[in-house]
Amino acid sequence: MTDVLEDTAAKDEPGSGSITIDSQTGSEETTTEIQNYSMNFGPQHPAAHGVLRLIMEMDGEIIERIDPHVGLLHRGTEKLIEYKTYLQALPYMDRLDYVSPMCQEHSYVLAVEKLLDLEVPLRAQYIRTMFAEITRITNHILNTTAHAMDVGAMTPMLWLFEEREYICEFYERASGARFHAAYFRPGGVHQDLPPKLLADIAEWAERFPKVLADFEALVAGNRIFKQRNVDIGIISKEDAVAWGFSGPCIRGSGIAWDIRKSQPYDVYDRMEFDIPVGTSGDCYDRFMVRIQEMKESLKIIKQCVAEMPEGPVMATDPKISPPRRGEMKRSMEALINHFKLYTEGFHVPEGEVYVATESPKGEFGIYLVSDGSNKPYRCKIRPTAFSHLQAMEFLCKGHMLADAPAVLGSLDIVFGECDR
Amino acid sequence: MPAHPAPRMNPCEGVEAAFPAAEAKTHRGELTLTVPRDALFSTLAALRDEHGFQQLMEIAGCDYPERPERFEVNYHLLSLTKNQRIRVKVFATERTPVPSVTSLWPVAGWLEREVWDLYGVLFDGNPDHRRILTDYGFSGHPFRKDFPLTGYVELRWSEEHKRVVYEPVKLAQDFRTFDFESPWEGPEYSRYNLPGDEKAEAVAAEAEGKSE
Repeated sequence: MTDVLEDTAAKDEPGSGSITIDSQTGSEETTTEIQNYSMNFGPQHPAAHGVLRLIMEMDGEIIERIDPHVGLLHRGTEKLIEYKTYLQALPYMDRLDYVSPMCQEHSYVLAVEKLLDLEVPLRAQYIRTMFAEITRITNHILNTTAHAMDVGAMTPMLWLFEEREYICEFYERASGARFHAAYFRPGGVHQDLPPKLLADIAEWAERFPKVLADFEALVAGNRIFKQRNVDIGIISKEDAVAWGFSGPCIRGSGIAWDIRKSQPYDVYDRMEFDIPVGTSGDCYDRFMVRIQEMKESLKIIKQCVAEMPEGPVMATDPKISPPRRGEMKRSMEALINHFKLYTEGFHVPEGEVYVATESPKGEFGIYLVSDGSNKPYRCKIRPTAFSHLQAMEFLCKGHMLADAPAVLGSLDIVFGECDR
Repeated sequence: MPAHPAPRMNPCEGVEAAFPAAEAKTHRGELTLTVPRDALFSTLAALRDEHGFQQLMEIAGCDYPERPERFEVNYHLLSLTKNQRIRVKVFATERTPVPSVTSLWPVAGWLEREVWDLYGVLFDGNPDHRRILTDYGFSGHPFRKDFPLTGYVELRWSEEHKRVVYEPVKLAQDFRTFDFESPWEGPEYSRYNLPGDEKAEAVAAEAEGKSE
């Protein structure tokens, strides 16, 4: 953690904290003055979960002040999107929170569909809901195991990454890519699921609880893990609301707020699931909320597999959804539409919408402004990490230095999304 | 019932009646209140304390260079208890500061810093008015519409100086913007002057002359 130690206070007061010799008695008197100094945490530190630089003002080992410096991964995504058509802008979403790609796409396609007031076939809505939940599990696997590793537990990461690999395979079989899927499209999903994928997902959903139970048994009751997380980084209900918390972080504080439940999108209103909430709002509660959420996600996945309707997976409007390859071989009209859609793209009526979905990390919002052309006039991305990271000083003040990685791990921050 | 599958929440009923000075507009079921800058703080405070919009989720800047007050600042509020969302909009220029709402919501601090960094909108009362996303020592406000997508400087590691150096952007190929807008798709594209248009106009003028 001590990449660079800057002894700033020592510069101001020369001689403080050193050994002084009393000239009158000649005896050696050791005075050790504790002094404040500032310390760099990151930007190249494994526990920083990416390129985060925290300037910490320390009083001994106690954190007095934290000034997070973000933006080291700023790529100007929102500006780039203004120069792309609506469809070309979609893959940028995968690269924001690269741990849960499809959930970012979800917000974006829903925003475009809302502007277009576009109807989406039921099967596509089911597929999107199912993959959003699969993504939630892969995100929580990474976060909970990385959080455990931040406080010293190596094994869970090794155990659960195998499961994450299965999920990457599901991604690949559905979309062709293991991470950057670009699978959700305005109007539905890019292509139908391959045969047997649903059966394999169902089989995996039966198998996964065993691994999850092993993980929970290993970590949740572990004495060291509890010592490092219980009563660390407490945030009350009122403060969580004021600091703009969302997702597992606000639920950890005991507020049962979940956009999937209260503002359902796609087919979440048909799903049966519960919202786990914490009681004390500390790191341990946020961790346990995520563990429970994985179980709830499994419920949703199983329901989606069981209820998956037959039918098209893309809206039928030829001016919005591109034609199938086979159709293009026969129909001149389809060929023209294909050409127009992949060069000019579709036009979106003038207007502005703010669409937020429950991404695994919290409220991921898209404020999309259209001027009626084929490119977004403005696409503001509301990252979850921005408000959570801002509360870092609030959460860490008065804690020990070693608690900072635990707090950071429990907030679940990914810099692709935070810095955009 | 709307056709789209986007999140469905409760409509904001009775909120716009409480703010007669604000210009209210509902689009796709989302209520937008446009308020003057000096009424922003009181409006947001009233929304939070009297109408149950507890959370400030987002502050989004937007740039319209052709307007007299070119910047828009959009505050997105969320009511956890009433399950509603609302957008409050103010306009600003480079020189007219917007009142800061950090005293209402601590989360506004970074959100306002971001709008300042990317658009150059000033926030009166923000205790930490620094840049946030751009590089240390960056100049300019990159999300303004008149700021080029490629920026002005690029950086590379200089083996000679043993450090990162900034240089003016050199593009191997010009930035390509394609204009795909179709001139045959209606009157909004009439600004395009295509070869052959004059014939159509001549025919139309002739037809008009005959009818008279």
